[in-house]
Amino acid sequence: MMHSALILRAQVVQAIRQFFVKRGFLEVETPLLIPANAPEDYIDPIAALPSWQLQTSPEICMKRLLCRGHQRIFQISHCWRADERGSRHLSEFTMLEWYRADADYHDLMDDCISLLRQVAQQCTADGNFTRFSKKIDPKPEWENVSVQEAFLRFAQADALASAENDLFDELLVSRIEPALENIPVPVIMTDYPAQLAALSRTKVDDPRFAERFELYLAGLELANGFSELNNPQEQRARFVETNRRRAAAGRSTLPLPERFLNELSVMPPSAGIALGVDRLVMLVAGLDSIDDVVAFRPEEL
Amino acid sequence: MLSVADLKKGTKLIIDGDPYLVTAFDFVKPGKGQALYKCKMKNMINGVTLDRTYRSGENFEPASMDERDMEYLYKEGTHYTFMDQQSYEQVVMEEETVGDSKNFLLENTKVSVLLFGEKPIGVTLPNFVNLRVVQTDPWLKGDTSGSDSKPATLETGYVLRVPPFIEENELIVIDTRTGEYSTRVKG
Repeated sequence: MMHSALILRAQVVQAIRQFFVKRGFLEVETPLLIPANAPEDYIDPIAALPSWQLQTSPEICMKRLLCRGHQRIFQISHCWRADERGSRHLSEFTMLEWYRADADYHDLMDDCISLLRQVAQQCTADGNFTRFSKKIDPKPEWENVSVQEAFLRFAQADALASAENDLFDELLVSRIEPALENIPVPVIMTDYPAQLAALSRTKVDDPRFAERFELYLAGLELANGFSELNNPQEQRARFVETNRRRAAAGRSTLPLPERFLNELSVMPPSAGIALGVDRLVMLVAGLDSIDDVVAFRPEEL
Repeated sequence: MLSVADLKKGTKLIIDGDPYLVTAFDFVKPGKGQALYKCKMKNMINGVTLDRTYRSGENFEPASMDERDMEYLYKEGTHYTFMDQQSYEQVVMEEETVGDSKNFLLENTKVSVLLFGEKPIGVTLPNFVNLRVVQTDPWLKGDTSGSDSKPATLETGYVLRVPPFIEENELIVIDTRTGEYSTRVKG
């Protein structure tokens, strides 16, 4: 990778830290090696130690810190997901996660807007992000579109029916994301079909959808945030259902994070979000492959 | 069989009976969603491009290609006939498959023909061929237009720009990859 990309990466990480510290967030470090991640349909943890796993996200431990009374926390840590390798995926990557107690996903959207404006201002020459040589300006009002609107507009399909018929991901990748590539401001896509948001709260006025959003810049998915589900019975039922679907699809079932489930009943209404730091550096540097922003690619090790 | 995870830029595979060349390939995984493979491919017969998204677990038949040394024999209508240098078998190629190579093909030119099964799907010429200029205007010493090239027609009918000193009946060297004049044949 280029020398300048490493410098930009360091600057981006510094800008993130300054941003959160200034807003009263506590920087935390939680263990990377854990007994159980939150089971997901399509995320496979990497096993380490007999029956332990590398974290696929720091969410389990960070939410347990919310249960213990922490109000605003953030963490920049490495995460591992098996068999993910492409121009925007590495099996080992860097994630920024932050959590707010007594908040919902709208508060996280506001955080995203402020954070990206600050990072662009501090780390880029002209205050814009760049992807495929196109500028994305975080300063004007961002585009806010619901998943349902995006599916109707760009894929001429109903989002709920697409999720039901297992076509959601294909349409997202082949129709929605390419359409988002041409939007010159960041895009917040809100309210995912509930079955695609295993750890989010569903919407009060329409429980078919969950309070989950994704942040896109030029079609590149940068962050995924939601209002956290804090009902332990419902969370356990969703994990069990995830494992049932995994088994039915011939995938391994995953251990449940029991201590997290036990503590969840005392978690205040909260919101949490994960943002891909490598991808943010790509956008700052105007480099279109994740290979260009890490010190070493796995193939070089 | 090829698994979708094995595909990469340059892989040749068969879709609906036609050979395709993978021109771009990426692993994608939308937020919490399933692993997908975005694939851009080009039909190796007609050049039509295809954008497809595949799920993991999909399999493909590799397109095996055979490249053989052949000699160009003759053209009839839009059909170009070549002869295998070893088996003396003849194969016929459509003009659109021959493509721009037709501009540089003279009878008995030695070429390499790409076969998909029995079907010829492309021809590769030597990088440089010698062709004779059949028409070009003489260079006038007093020409002050400042132009450093002039049009010339070759024996294949192909027209290109050559330096002003090239004369009719002269043999020149053409770079078949660019279709441009390279140098004059000396002696």
